Amino acid sequence: MVDAAHDQVDFVPPAEVEEMELYHPKSFLTKYVFSQDAKVIAIQYSFTAIAIGLVALVLSWMMRLQLGFPETFSFIEAEDYYQFITMHGMIMVIYLLTALFLGGFGNYLIPLMVGARDMVFPYVNMLSYWIYLAAVLILLASFFVPGGPTGAGWTLYPPQAILPGTPGAEGGIILMLVSLAFFIVGFTMGGLNYVVTVLQARTRGMTLMRMPLTIWGIFMATVLALLAFPALFVGAVMMTLDSLLGTSFFMPAIVHMGEQLSYGGGSPVLFQHLFWFFGHPEVYIVALPAFGIVSDLISVHARRHIFGYRLMVWAIVIIGGLSFIVWAHHMYVSGMNPWFGFFFATTTLIIAIPTAIKVYNWVLTLWRGNIQLTIPMLFALAFIVTFVNGGITGLFLGNVVVDVPLSDTMFVVAHFHMVMGVAPIMVVFGAIYHWYPKMTGRMMNVAMGQIHFWITFLGAYAIFLPLHYLGFLGVPRRYYEMTDTTFIPASAQDLNAFVTVIALVVGAAQLLFLFNIGWSLVNGKKSGPNPWRATTLEWQTAQTPPGHGNFGKELPVVHRWAYAFGLPDATEDYVPQNLPPDQLNSDYDNSKLSPDTPQAAE
Amino acid sequence: MNLFQQLMEKPWLTEASEVVELRDGRTFAMAREKLGLRVFLVVAMVVFSLFAAAYVERMVFSDWNSIPIPWLLWLNTLVLVLSSVAMHRAWGSARRGRIEGVRLGLYAGGAFALLFLAGQLLSWRGLVAMGYYADANPANAFFYLLTALHGIHLGGGLVAWVRTMVKVRRGDGVPQMRLSIELCTVYWHFLLLIWLVLFALMLLT
Amino acid sequence: MYVAVILILVAVGTVVFHFMSPWWWTPIASNWGFIDNTIIITFWITGVVFVAVILFTAYCVLRYRYQEGRRAEYEPENKKLEWWLTGLTGVGVAGMLIPGLFVWNQFVNVPAEAAEIEVVGQQWNWSFRYPGKDGVMGTSNVRLINDDNPFGLNPDDPNGRDDVLVDGDDLHLPLGAPVKVLLRSIDVLHDFYVPQFRAKMDMVPGLVTYFWLTPTRPGTFDILCFELCGIGHHAMRGSVVVEAKEDFEGWLGEQETFAQAMRRTGTDKALALRAQQ
Repeated sequence: MVDAAHDQVDFVPPAEVEEMELYHPKSFLTKYVFSQDAKVIAIQYSFTAIAIGLVALVLSWMMRLQLGFPETFSFIEAEDYYQFITMHGMIMVIYLLTALFLGGFGNYLIPLMVGARDMVFPYVNMLSYWIYLAAVLILLASFFVPGGPTGAGWTLYPPQAILPGTPGAEGGIILMLVSLAFFIVGFTMGGLNYVVTVLQARTRGMTLMRMPLTIWGIFMATVLALLAFPALFVGAVMMTLDSLLGTSFFMPAIVHMGEQLSYGGGSPVLFQHLFWFFGHPEVYIVALPAFGIVSDLISVHARRHIFGYRLMVWAIVIIGGLSFIVWAHHMYVSGMNPWFGFFFATTTLIIAIPTAIKVYNWVLTLWRGNIQLTIPMLFALAFIVTFVNGGITGLFLGNVVVDVPLSDTMFVVAHFHMVMGVAPIMVVFGAIYHWYPKMTGRMMNVAMGQIHFWITFLGAYAIFLPLHYLGFLGVPRRYYEMTDTTFIPASAQDLNAFVTVIALVVGAAQLLFLFNIGWSLVNGKKSGPNPWRATTLEWQTAQTPPGHGNFGKELPVVHRWAYAFGLPDATEDYVPQNLPPDQLNSDYDNSKLSPDTPQAAE
Repeated sequence: MNLFQQLMEKPWLTEASEVVELRDGRTFAMAREKLGLRVFLVVAMVVFSLFAAAYVERMVFSDWNSIPIPWLLWLNTLVLVLSSVAMHRAWGSARRGRIEGVRLGLYAGGAFALLFLAGQLLSWRGLVAMGYYADANPANAFFYLLTALHGIHLGGGLVAWVRTMVKVRRGDGVPQMRLSIELCTVYWHFLLLIWLVLFALMLLT
Repeated sequence: MYVAVILILVAVGTVVFHFMSPWWWTPIASNWGFIDNTIIITFWITGVVFVAVILFTAYCVLRYRYQEGRRAEYEPENKKLEWWLTGLTGVGVAGMLIPGLFVWNQFVNVPAEAAEIEVVGQQWNWSFRYPGKDGVMGTSNVRLINDDNPFGLNPDDPNGRDDVLVDGDDLHLPLGAPVKVLLRSIDVLHDFYVPQFRAKMDMVPGLVTYFWLTPTRPGTFDILCFELCGIGHHAMRGSVVVEAKEDFEGWLGEQETFAQAMRRTGTDKALALRAQQ
């Protein structure tokens, strides 16, 4: 890492010529289907993730119908219900959010934002997508095998996950585990690309601290994923063997339905450790890209630099590191040694400090800004509200003794939906509204965006806020129905019915969003290269949408950080990262340029 | 600048500076492929470490009955060492530009690796013939699991080896294949190290 | 304008909902009021932060909304402000963590005088065991479980002979006496939870887990399974009766011991036969 060392390396040609040999597509098939262009792969990832996410959305409707109106729908049996919750959870966390943030946004934004022509290993990147697609198809196949998909809960805890008495123990669980293994292999291929591209392929002048926070968030999340997914892989492999070969990695001696099984000596808690060693970093695998992206949305649309950039970077790194030593806070009542509770409660609450700092800095970025209430900004505000709400309920669950009554209640459901469901999804929406013009050259319709935003934000908040209180009451999660109890008042059922109605409305509002995506592709206002007047490199490309190789003949040279908003001595209130310092007072506003002139940015 | 200094930088202060400090954006001075391999090795290391951790944690339960390590495994270990040595020599020859040495090293390295895999399968067959089934005891299950996992990784390495061999057979110049050979060699050494640790773990418990 | 108003309404609405909500925890029936207190402390600290952050956001949206030609203030860092905020957050976190850890210390340290009882879970019902007159639980093993010995007790262990077995009836607990609840599962994970007691723990096959409590309020309460255990999870229910010590002992005296159960099923004869051989 000594500067001089760069010159001793003879593999990398100087920046003035082509940085890397791009694979040039020769046919329609290699251009749009088996493409090695990160931007195409990004769109493939995004569409697949959103499509499978819609399946999970429908599953959540089914669950809500059952909870809101029990004994009404004959097509939702207990067995179906448990399959719905399992598939809903797994799809949303892994196949939608992880794939969309890293495979989708990561692929699209990393090369563009760091000023690279493409990912460093385009072929491996393409393989990554196709293996991901295979994982999705295997997962979907489990709906069509005898016994259906697994109903073990997304945590897949043994012994029940592989024993009859749990739906899908015949074949569904195996397909789930195989699909996860595929996902992990595919992700690792993509992840190698993201990490090496960020470390090695940045353009000249793009020092680490000049990178936009989006890149920091995605980069750190990828590092976490590369280190955390192996734990899930290990657990999945061992559970597959337990199920198929009858080994006893996780299976103790069991009498099941009156019969002695041949298992013996295994430890179900060991699986839980492996699962959560993956599972907790997974929360940050979803959250860190959201943190990064929302920082950029807030900064651009508040026309102000991000407040405390260095602290924001450090917080991302610290949160990433700490996320590996908090996993057992999911296991306070799992039967593990209770003395672990002291350690994990302390680490868990400490992680609240860097997280809180990020929240303060987002709000302080708004402070003394010049806030444009665009759709992306609205979603960023909604993120702050829902994330703070979901974050503070995490302090309840992280504090070991408070977790004892609340664990496995609806409080937990409300908490993690707020913090890693609603909040990141708000960022996903904001990001799509924000980058859509770059991807298509057109703006998304604002009126539809407003309706979509308000229904989604207020609706999602109204769904999950009251569920916390059912949790206090002691209503358990993962209950097909709540038969008569002495402690749950009738009003709780009314509340459930209310939540179900809202959930149906919010879900339906997403159709408007999808419609807007299609409609604006044809009818949207022409955006020009830089409609938000943003500083980062993806907005300074020669063509919109960016062509093969991202930039023109020469890669951009970076002269400043990504947050040069409101500089006192510049013509405009923003200065692009690649604007030479002597042109601060020139007429550089490329948002006025027509998108049809390819040489515009140069 | 070291990494820590880079992270302490105040990016808004370098705003006006004409000088772009880094000639390009790389953080580490090495080829992309090398860094890519290193990142992958870290991931693989995590996988093996977690299996080893699970092994140690599972071992303490009373039903654990150690599996007798077949003597063949000692021979296999020796073969794997030879494979690594051969690859290393190929790399050395590549650096000195000697194609004959490269060819010899690669052929020997690949052959020994295949021999190792065959030996592993043979040791499995021996154990199965003696009735040490995977579901009979967790020690047996871990033995098959860990050896299989290691074998699969070596199999992946052989794919890279085949790609390098294609270059050799095609008659490419040594400079074009230097990086491939280096990457293969590093991977071979890594798998040897992993094997030695796994072998020691299974031997000692 | 309206965006800021809606943000304020969200904050205010949340607080109003909190105080008006008819859904709140059940009246406590154990000594774990400390847990409720920790929750209340957490509520106050986090509630203040939540309201403050949202209101400040609304203020910014209102005060700094876009005006053509205006520049945002340029101040990349403010060390003093950031240190203050970090410090205050640290204090708030400590304010929640320290009481929490004190209570956890009580939770993990079972008082010496606590009487042991055992709860056994299986898909999908509960059964209970008391140590009997000698106050010592007999040993058990999953491999010994059969139709005549559903608890898997070791028939050769003299400590187990007087153990009282309750299968298909309510759990009874004496009022005001600490109990250590030993938890055992014979098939999959379960979790023993009585909302009014506030304390729960998973039951893990292959392990004996535990928690302790002192029932403080007489009455009949629901037992629920709180760890997903298959398609009958939601139906895995039971009841616990907390009653005065005399009533409890009267009830306990009517229950069958392991020795009596063996006599009923004839297992003891087979055992005696085996002993003679």
